[in-house]
Amino acid sequence: MLRYVVYRLLLMVPTLLLVSLVTFVIIQLPPGSYLDTLVSELRASGETTDLQKIEFLRKQYGLDQPLWVQYWRWVSGLLRGDLGYSFEYDRPVSAIIGEHLALTVVISVAAILFTWIVALPIGVYSATHKYSWADHGLTFLAFLGLATPDFLLALVLMFVSFIWFGLSVGGLFSPEMQTAPWSWAKVLDLLRHLWVPVLVIGASGTASMIRRLRANLLDELKKPYVVTARAKGLPPIRLLFKYPLRIAFNPFISDIGNLLPHVISGSVIVSIVLSLPTTGPMLLRALRTQDMYLAGSFLMLLATLTVVGVLVSDLALAALDPRIRQGGGRNR
Amino acid sequence: MDEGALTSEQQRYYAASQRQLIWWRLRKHRLAMASFWFLVILYSLIPFVEFLSPYALRSRHPDYVYFPPQRVYFFHQGEFTGPFVYGHTMTINLESLQREYQEDRSRRYRVRFLVRGEPYWMWGAFRSDLHLFGVEEGGSLFLLGTDRLGRDMLSRIIHGARISLTVGLFGITVSFVLALVLGGLSGYHGGMLDIVIQRLIEVIRSFPELPLWMALSAALPPRLDPLLVYVGITVILGAIEWTGLARSVRGKLLAVREEDFVTGAVLAGGSPAYVIRKHLLPAFTSHLIVSATLSIPRMILGETALSFLGLGLRPPITSWGVLLSEAQNINAVALYPWLLFPVVMVVSTILAFNFFGDGLRDAADPYA
Repeated sequence: MLRYVVYRLLLMVPTLLLVSLVTFVIIQLPPGSYLDTLVSELRASGETTDLQKIEFLRKQYGLDQPLWVQYWRWVSGLLRGDLGYSFEYDRPVSAIIGEHLALTVVISVAAILFTWIVALPIGVYSATHKYSWADHGLTFLAFLGLATPDFLLALVLMFVSFIWFGLSVGGLFSPEMQTAPWSWAKVLDLLRHLWVPVLVIGASGTASMIRRLRANLLDELKKPYVVTARAKGLPPIRLLFKYPLRIAFNPFISDIGNLLPHVISGSVIVSIVLSLPTTGPMLLRALRTQDMYLAGSFLMLLATLTVVGVLVSDLALAALDPRIRQGGGRNR
Repeated sequence: MDEGALTSEQQRYYAASQRQLIWWRLRKHRLAMASFWFLVILYSLIPFVEFLSPYALRSRHPDYVYFPPQRVYFFHQGEFTGPFVYGHTMTINLESLQREYQEDRSRRYRVRFLVRGEPYWMWGAFRSDLHLFGVEEGGSLFLLGTDRLGRDMLSRIIHGARISLTVGLFGITVSFVLALVLGGLSGYHGGMLDIVIQRLIEVIRSFPELPLWMALSAALPPRLDPLLVYVGITVILGAIEWTGLARSVRGKLLAVREEDFVTGAVLAGGSPAYVIRKHLLPAFTSHLIVSATLSIPRMILGETALSFLGLGLRPPITSWGVLLSEAQNINAVALYPWLLFPVVMVVSTILAFNFFGDGLRDAADPYA
């Protein structure tokens, strides 16, 4: 097991390095340096160019130096936790982002938990009651969940809750809790607001998870050992939970690798629609003003989050399934 | 029954080509067929959007700003008269500062088919002013309401279909080519090239899709011509989506490569290009088509999301996502819910693609 963990950790290093290279290429994509754009924009909007600010940026990113020096500065800055400087808040981004990033993680984890909790009973029911009316109905719902893009679902939910309950579902906190320091009451307030984004982000993941669990369980239920166990008189519930379900359960863990990028993507756009204080709106703002360094740092952060999440799920799967430990990860 | 003899039914079955078999199986799948025809109709309407929509894409009606979806009547004083609409008067509610529209029953305008209306250029070649339906001079016909500039939502949705539906097709072309070339190289040659390409795929896949799309499309120069933006967005969508497809191409190639008939072809002196084209590709074309069908909706969604955020297409190029960006804040959604109509189109298109792709997968699976 230890060998496997070390192997996976080492494998993560080149991946993250390549991810950072790709991100840096994206940063460099817009024609002209960011400073030129900034200067011309400031001039166009009639502001007097803030020379100090320009000088600060030039030094910060080493813009007058060759590309590889710029890349090194940016990456080593990232490693030290320097994500760039936000002129909007007039503070380093790392000072503002902490809470936003934490909320992104909270929402993502909650969405995945939601997916599990909802998908498990429905998937099991669908598989054990194959082709019943409930199965057909649930299958249709799952397809609808797959087809409805999450931000549109957020829009529709916003509209429905406004019409029916007359309240806005945006935000993660009540207005009076917005700036309050963290306390038990604030956590409860967060939980009260959390269900909307979690429902919205989790919907499509839940749908695909139900489909997968149903298919896996159906395959398992056909196998001879199930028939044998049933013939020997094992109670149906006990049989189901003891053997087939445990095997069909694997995708719940292994699928986090697919689910997580999806969930994080979802949390970005849903946060923008519902104006949640996560990294999504900040990323959008940075992109809109073409502040590519800032946007690049966010992108890198989200990608790292995904890579680490996938790693955790792989390790969990290895702990769960001895076959994977044996392979040393070769079959992935 | 005599054992060796086949009924004509069986003969037809055994002699059928792979494509025919798939088609027969697909035909039994009702939902998939319904989705298929829905998509065929939708796509075949694309060349005729100017003719189908009652108004032009950009024509504004200052007297009908945020006009709610209009009702068409068939009976006047209990008598069937054919479709017609009433005129409207607008007042501004001084308390809420909202526009309010009242029906004016004294004015009636007939709804007509094949009417002369606003002129347009058909296929950029000839001028016409014929519309499938429209209303008499002086009346208004906004079946799905109007937006903040008084532009007809229905016409804009019909025009938007042209962009939204083709984005997926062009995007899939880009990703198909990339996946075939890179996945093919990776699977057929193996070795160092395989490792490099697989690493690349893994890196691209470790980015959450949407933020990566957002960053790339934000990197498009802001003063770019809208048409080039459209091209750029489709390329971006395709350039990220290809990874999944390339993986399955590689996997299938690796599996088929070991088959005896391939070894035979290689020993008989077939060049790699010949072997791939003639012996390997046909073995998994159906699988590829299914994957493509299932990734078109993802691209349509991606474009919708990007345009909705204001990072994708920009006016005058109008897609469903661009239309939806008007419905971004809760006030607009609550007061003018008809701005959400494009959602219906997006969701039904995507559902249709998913149902069709699912049916196709079942039909193309020879072991099903």
